[in-house]
Amino acid sequence: MSNPKGKKKILSQEDIKKTLYRLTHQILEKISSSEGLALVGIQTRGVHLARRIQAIIKEIEGRDIPLGVLDITLYRDDLTAIGPTPTVRETSLAFDLSDKVVILIDDVLYTGRTVRAALNEIMDFGRPKRVEFLVLVDRGFRELPIRADYVGKNIPTSRQEVVEVKLKESDSIDEVTVIRGSD
Amino acid sequence: MEEWQKKHILDIKNFSRLELETILSLADSFKEISKREVKKVPALRGKTIVNLFFEHSTRTRTSFELAAKRLSADVVNLTSSTSSLTKGETIVDTIKNLESYHPDIMIMRIGVGVCLESFTKYTQASIVNAGDGCNEHPTQALLDMFTVKKSKGTLENLNVLVVGDIAHSRVARSNIFGFQKFSSKVTVCGPTTLIPYEFEKLGVKVSNDLDREIPSADVIMMLRIQKERQGITFFSTMRDYVERFGLTPVRLKKAKKDCLVMHPGPVNWDIEISSSLKERVHPLILKQAENGLAIRMAVLYLVGTKKRKI
Repeated sequence: MSNPKGKKKILSQEDIKKTLYRLTHQILEKISSSEGLALVGIQTRGVHLARRIQAIIKEIEGRDIPLGVLDITLYRDDLTAIGPTPTVRETSLAFDLSDKVVILIDDVLYTGRTVRAALNEIMDFGRPKRVEFLVLVDRGFRELPIRADYVGKNIPTSRQEVVEVKLKESDSIDEVTVIRGSD
Repeated sequence: MEEWQKKHILDIKNFSRLELETILSLADSFKEISKREVKKVPALRGKTIVNLFFEHSTRTRTSFELAAKRLSADVVNLTSSTSSLTKGETIVDTIKNLESYHPDIMIMRIGVGVCLESFTKYTQASIVNAGDGCNEHPTQALLDMFTVKKSKGTLENLNVLVVGDIAHSRVARSNIFGFQKFSSKVTVCGPTTLIPYEFEKLGVKVSNDLDREIPSADVIMMLRIQKERQGITFFSTMRDYVERFGLTPVRLKKAKKDCLVMHPGPVNWDIEISSSLKERVHPLILKQAENGLAIRMAVLYLVGTKKRKI
């Protein structure tokens, strides 16, 4: 296969599917069905992953798990420092968080700042019993004391590299690649 | 999203269509925040906003204050009647003094004959126009456009009819500039004495016959008769005005079924609009007020998070 600009495929469509099934089984193994489970996806690809996990739980256990959508833009710690003002997308947590075990879901775990923002936002919506964090790819370089409870794949990267997660819902293909930066 | 360029929000006239679209789509996201249990996000935490009102206001002042608070900014309210302006301090001196407290945004409403832009040289803060004399009222036009877009699904190729006191209306001017950027046609309708000649140069249709204009309108904006600005008389009697330019059930029957009736508020019932139409038109007018909050959050967010050159 040709490899322009040092692009390396880490997960294929089949890999992503298997990974999500494995992660879902881990969730169901750890969290008993008597506990109120809820999924919250971080915009944009975290939401796609959350929807897929929701469907897998439905397939395995026949249960409907509530799903929320979180846009963390207004909770970022660099809002006035970054260049272009980021656009704000939908946030929707249309269920009561109290006594729920919330699985927060995102595509890539990097500095941990997004998770920090997401936690603050969730707390403004209510007081969940517990929050756990699921991520498809952990690439390291944390800047805050944050870790994921469920990890699809650990990918050792350098800071110059870019981890690109593509999901059918928004990118017409399922794959995870690492792209070597130009500098 | 393109980088937001404008430090100040002074007028719709100098906005691009893209900038207007940016604000409208942001406002859509901000609407939801006011429906949360905790109606607050930390986007402007640590920012100081001064609400400086040299003219009376209910909706604009309240919604700007709430918008700032829902974005976690600290807000100080100053009205001319409770400030040292009553002791003779000039507006410029007032701004210079407020500047020593290092505000990030100054929201200002000022009267006729004062140039808002000229104040930008006295402060590092972003200035947001909350209505300046008979010039512009950008956030009102934005919330009107937002309301129309929500109801009609589009802002393009509409016939917008603005009725009443055009001469004194900053709302009319801002809406004309705004709707024209979306290729909508604006007609202004009122007594000849209340439509200055300059309006023809703005590319709008000028009319004195409301009955003739109503059937083709997609949106009717009724403007308030601004008694406080009517130093001299512009029409013979109020009764005569209502007769010719008041929106009555008979007149509204001639309008398209899905025609929107709007009013920037406060409404003088039975002058601009018959009180018997209240049930039909008031819900949308209140919706305008609700949308105003989201629009003002969007505007404050854009200027408040803009990267500053230090």
